[in-house]
Amino acid sequence: MTTDAIQVPADAAARHAERTRRVADAIALKETDRVPVIYHTQFWHARQAGMNYRRAMYDYQALMDSCREVVLALEPDMYASPLRPAFGPCLDALGFKQLEWPGHGTRDDAMFQYLDREYMKPEEYKEFLFDPSGFFLSKYLPRVGTAFEGLDKLPSLPTLYYGRIFAVLPRFCDPAVTRAFERLRRAGEEGERLGACMSSFAEEMDRLGFPQSQGVMASSPYDYLGDHFRGSKGILLDMYRRKDELLAALDKVTTILLEHTVAAGSRHPCKLVYIPIHWAMDSFMSLEQFKTFFWPPFRRLLLGMIEAGLTPVCFWESVCTTRLETIADIPPAKAIYWFEGTDLARAKEVLRGIACVRGNVPPSVLISGTPEDVDACCRRLIETAGKGGGLILDGACGIPDEAKPANVKAMFASVRKYAA
Amino acid sequence: MDALADMREEEAVALARSMLDAGDDPSRVLEICREAMDVVGKRFEKQEYFLPELVLAGEMLETIGAMAKPLLQQASGGESKKLGRVLIGTVHGDLHDIGKNIVTFMLDINGYEVRDIGIDVPVTKFVEEIRDFKPLVVGLSGFLTLAFDSMKETVQAIEHAGLRNGMKIMIGGGQVDEAVRTYTGADAFGSNAVAAVGLCRQWIPAQAA
Repeated sequence: MTTDAIQVPADAAARHAERTRRVADAIALKETDRVPVIYHTQFWHARQAGMNYRRAMYDYQALMDSCREVVLALEPDMYASPLRPAFGPCLDALGFKQLEWPGHGTRDDAMFQYLDREYMKPEEYKEFLFDPSGFFLSKYLPRVGTAFEGLDKLPSLPTLYYGRIFAVLPRFCDPAVTRAFERLRRAGEEGERLGACMSSFAEEMDRLGFPQSQGVMASSPYDYLGDHFRGSKGILLDMYRRKDELLAALDKVTTILLEHTVAAGSRHPCKLVYIPIHWAMDSFMSLEQFKTFFWPPFRRLLLGMIEAGLTPVCFWESVCTTRLETIADIPPAKAIYWFEGTDLARAKEVLRGIACVRGNVPPSVLISGTPEDVDACCRRLIETAGKGGGLILDGACGIPDEAKPANVKAMFASVRKYAA
Repeated sequence: MDALADMREEEAVALARSMLDAGDDPSRVLEICREAMDVVGKRFEKQEYFLPELVLAGEMLETIGAMAKPLLQQASGGESKKLGRVLIGTVHGDLHDIGKNIVTFMLDINGYEVRDIGIDVPVTKFVEEIRDFKPLVVGLSGFLTLAFDSMKETVQAIEHAGLRNGMKIMIGGGQVDEAVRTYTGADAFGSNAVAAVGLCRQWIPAQAA
């Protein structure tokens, strides 16, 4: 299907404004004409179009075509860009090592997966804290992507001053350095191609009347360090063995993440910032540990984003019931809290007047249930968590790729059937 | 024992070292560690301890074990009797192992003989390992939604191989719930490691081992 072949409805602009307003009102905790619903998935549309994961991660056009078709049929209030997980060509260009994906560790019909490893050694905290950029160039980046190998041959950047600059100039033509820059140039071009597709798809969907549900992404400081640097085992041990260094690193990372998120988020037309949260769940750490390590830096990040006019969309993975009272400590009506496994009615009770809740039709129902099961589940969510406004309906983790089409249709139909 | 159970790592390791240096029986040192791990497990069940404590306790045990085991005399007795065999693995297509590792750890400190066959385990490997290990319980772990189908296929393959009789299958991880249990045909699901231990206690009476 080509873009030109699609008829733009006469009322598309009005529908776009109406959908945007409906979600904005839900975030503002106002009552809406109906509960808004968002289409968020990894590759459900691609699977419906018969693509395997390998093609879905590499074929930008096919992915956009399949997503457009689904969005036009389901008519959500917002959708998440289908190109978010289409990073196969960029991963290839970078020689990325933190994921396995089709053709690179997983089968063609299997999803990409993160490799939980130690990418920063415990004794490297000091180096990271003293000069994060230097640590990235000399240690971290070459560990996570082969294209970065060679950057460790660069001189220490703060030593480039006055006459010293001339002394270290030859380092910039070191074959390892020029090879790295050449590979990164090619990776950059691929990134540009992906970015251009994202922008043009968003503009096209805007014309068709559908706004995006998220702009840039961010990470909680604890997840950033745990997922991408220390690994799960490493950061759990650091909570005992290197508490002060971990707290100092979390503080530093918060500043870095905040500056980046505000700068990138301000440039993006969509002001909703998606933040998947992996380590907040009840079963991972005690409430006291959560209040020491996780929440204070994350709250600072959220407050900074809100102050800059951005709307955090926090995806609280798994069950976070014991965290609800703590995470209620943010300015009212400025964020979406999307809960995967937390009881949404209970969350709404605690967060009433504080945050819009989102979720949470279980994947088990969408995959193995019937349309009647889905309908009943959505009705319950709408009539309990939707009462008084401030609910966005969604799957617990979006639409799982394995969900039955009739079940997905039932979920999107439910907001038009039931009133909060 | 208190030092290990209370997460005072340096003190626990130093105490073990001084006991061994003083010529104490290394099996006695390991026995104290086992008692301490029992306390850790109970605190985890009561939600006083969480993952940081389990991981640190595991590290302390490994350090002390490495010091004590080379000193063990052959005559000092064997391993304590295990309660029963449990085979566990993450189903094919899924590489996640945090949940599986916690369940393995908790079953181990609760006295079960656990064989962990890793992640992304093909159906055929489950069947082969069951034939070889002859477990009373099989645990299928998975975090991703694709694991629902992998679990179903694994349960079916175990049945087709004629291995289901006299054996129980439990599933867990991520978004697993009763609907997934029905879908996969497993005997039960567990939301966490404590639930997995509870299922094994229910299915493997102490005298059966």
